Amino acid sequence: MKAPEKREGLRQVHILKNVKVVDFGWAIVSPIAATYLGFLGATVITVESSTRLNIIRQGGPFKDGIPHPDRSAFYTNYNTGKYSIALDLKNYQGMEIAKKLIQWADVLVENFAPGVMGRLGLDYESVKEINPSIIYASSSQLGQMGPHAQFRGMGVQGAAMAGLYAVTGWPGGEPVGPFGAYTDLVAPKFLISAILAALLYRHHTGKGEYIEQSQVEAGLSFIFPALMDYIVNGAVLNCPGNREPNAAPHGAYRCQGEDRWCVIAIYTDEEWKAFCQAIGNPQRIQDPKFATLLGRKKNEAELDSLVAQWTAGHSAEYVMDHLQRAGVPAGMVTTAEDLHKDPQLAHRQHYQRLNHPVIGFHSYEAPAFRFSKAPVIMERPAPCLGEHNHYICTEILGLKEDEFQSLEKAGVFR
Amino acid sequence: MKGKESAKERLLSRYRALDLTDEKGMMCGKILADLGMDIIKIEAPGGDPSRNLGPFYHNQPDPEKSLFWFALNMNKRGITLNVKSEDGRGLFKRLIQKVDLIIESFPVGFLGSLGLSYQELSQINRQIIMASITGFGQTGPYKDFKAPDIVCMALGGEMNLTGDPDRPPLRIGVPQTYFHAGGEAAIACLGALWHKEMTGEGQYIDVSAQDSVAWLGFYNQAVWDLSRLNITRQGGQRFIGNGIKFRFLFPCADGFVSFLALGGETRADSQKKLVEWMNREGLADDFINNFDWASHSVLKITDELTEKMSQVFKRFFLTKTKKELFDFAIRNGCLLAPINTTEDILKNEHFQKRGFWIEVVHPELNNSVTYPGFPYSFSESPCKVMRRAPQIGEHNSEIFGQELGLSPDELIILKSGGII
Repeated sequence: MKAPEKREGLRQVHILKNVKVVDFGWAIVSPIAATYLGFLGATVITVESSTRLNIIRQGGPFKDGIPHPDRSAFYTNYNTGKYSIALDLKNYQGMEIAKKLIQWADVLVENFAPGVMGRLGLDYESVKEINPSIIYASSSQLGQMGPHAQFRGMGVQGAAMAGLYAVTGWPGGEPVGPFGAYTDLVAPKFLISAILAALLYRHHTGKGEYIEQSQVEAGLSFIFPALMDYIVNGAVLNCPGNREPNAAPHGAYRCQGEDRWCVIAIYTDEEWKAFCQAIGNPQRIQDPKFATLLGRKKNEAELDSLVAQWTAGHSAEYVMDHLQRAGVPAGMVTTAEDLHKDPQLAHRQHYQRLNHPVIGFHSYEAPAFRFSKAPVIMERPAPCLGEHNHYICTEILGLKEDEFQSLEKAGVFR
Repeated sequence: MKGKESAKERLLSRYRALDLTDEKGMMCGKILADLGMDIIKIEAPGGDPSRNLGPFYHNQPDPEKSLFWFALNMNKRGITLNVKSEDGRGLFKRLIQKVDLIIESFPVGFLGSLGLSYQELSQINRQIIMASITGFGQTGPYKDFKAPDIVCMALGGEMNLTGDPDRPPLRIGVPQTYFHAGGEAAIACLGALWHKEMTGEGQYIDVSAQDSVAWLGFYNQAVWDLSRLNITRQGGQRFIGNGIKFRFLFPCADGFVSFLALGGETRADSQKKLVEWMNREGLADDFINNFDWASHSVLKITDELTEKMSQVFKRFFLTKTKKELFDFAIRNGCLLAPINTTEDILKNEHFQKRGFWIEVVHPELNNSVTYPGFPYSFSESPCKVMRRAPQIGEHNSEIFGQELGLSPDELIILKSGGII
């Protein structure tokens, strides 16, 4: 991936350049799945409407703090490079356009509550009638079937149901859980893999596919060690704080400055020796209380306070660099500001600045992979609501100008 | 409903990969194996150190009883190979002529030091795809950093957002970093396979775990980018995108629930129903009875309002169980869900009725073990349990003997020479 200003005019191989995706998603999971297909070069159209405004267009942060559907950078980061059409699907002409897009598409992704697409007449069975080889992916909190399938929730509740809250917190304290709508960033990894596998399968067989996903079940796939420990050994994992069974010290330690921290994790005797040398306390290596892993685990509380005494006198940056140079696992706890200044993320160009029609240049995250022979495509910003109504209808669907005008007059695009 | 045996072809059964990863990369191969790819897990003779990661079957610490290993290597075949030896490298180079993909998670430069870099391997198989999964990627100032889960969680920004304001930043209690990185790697491998189908070219893929963790901050980075504010951890509350704090964690009679008091068009009715229920039990007050849910929006929340509202809901929730509250939420559309423990999850009828759990036969244990199942289902080509995770070197004779054509004598020499 190259920086956008350098990339202009350069055309490299776009992996999914012939793949067309229609995104009926809202909130996070389906939009991210479609965005990732766009990172690989697919053409992605998001179908949305002001009559049912995408919930993350309603969430901040907003440009200049002014709430508006086109000013949310929460929305933009998850919808990089898409074309947007605003369609009133309750209008039959709007539905006609939606069906044309479905016929155009190779992949349809949606994450409405179960039943919503069916009530619109756009469930897989109906869609298959007009596009037999489509790959149709439905993702929802608890899946399309099952006694609780009708639950209408978001990823915050998804993470709670998937057990991620119950294992995240201090021993004896409240289960504070991971930040945000956590399962919304677990589910897409499986969903995108499934869609790509289905595309490869279709390439060989010509057959389409219906993919059904429960986002909570995706979350369960990420806590399988705790689930299997309960299944096989009857052990319920409660909040373990920052402790890890095979390491000590293992935690976040306060450094100089306001709310500045660095994590340190020592697994082996070699790392312990390197740590003692690095903090200028080589005689500590011999201390029988800490010389072995068993000793360090047994005396972990005392060890934690010794480590914290040393870190308190240094900046988090120093603690990390100094210890890593000595071969000791360490990493500063980064704020959003730190992330934007992080030399490694900068080296990988993780944050790309793209020029949005309303927000202007602002940051978009790149995926975690880089290819040697294909770029990650981040050429265009996220769309404003309905920004590409005209382009999509005339250039992609081939409507004539007067047909578009009459649809617009009929209030189809809203 | 899911995971049923079927004669249908699996999605990726045309493809084959070598998986050289430890716990940092095994999720990638697991995803691809469950989608039907033939994954050959390569371990050093004696077994991969990640077999020593718990939990263990019946708490017996044994490299053949790691539940962590079981789950991440189901549906893979397994061989042992010492790629540090000349013979081992020779066999490895023969194997790569028979596969589409190599997945590895060694420290940066390790395979190169053995003459097995992508550049060298692509001379042998021009179409080979190779994916490397590391903490920070193959180049850059942190490339050689030691990168256990907690280090990536810290440097990816997730820990600063997790935990209580008056205590240290907190990690997620089950290591997550390398599952996210493995998921990103699986996506990239499949993209590269598509590229190969279209162009005949292989390529190299570089995955960074830190990048994958950075995504977990949701609007965190955008809040800094647009308004130069740093969001911080707030215990049972959260900062949302516009800098407003929201309470989402409430105690109830038998644990905790996650609840968001949203209103507006989509949720006002469900909030009213919840308040009606509270009234029937005599636990509403004037404030909550007179609250205008229709015009309520996240933009109107203040700390004072959150506090006032939370007191009323908390008082009510403490009289109800997780199940009572969730049943009500499903029927009435409330944004409320139980904080499930692992025990709750196993006993939950929803996952059971969906057929989520799978039974995997372990003949060597004279038992079958219940695993979390596949996180998706397919109409045409379902995921299946093909085989439990391999034991150390289980498929050596199948792969070295039948597929590469080594004789039984040669296999004995390689075994006694510590090469397989």
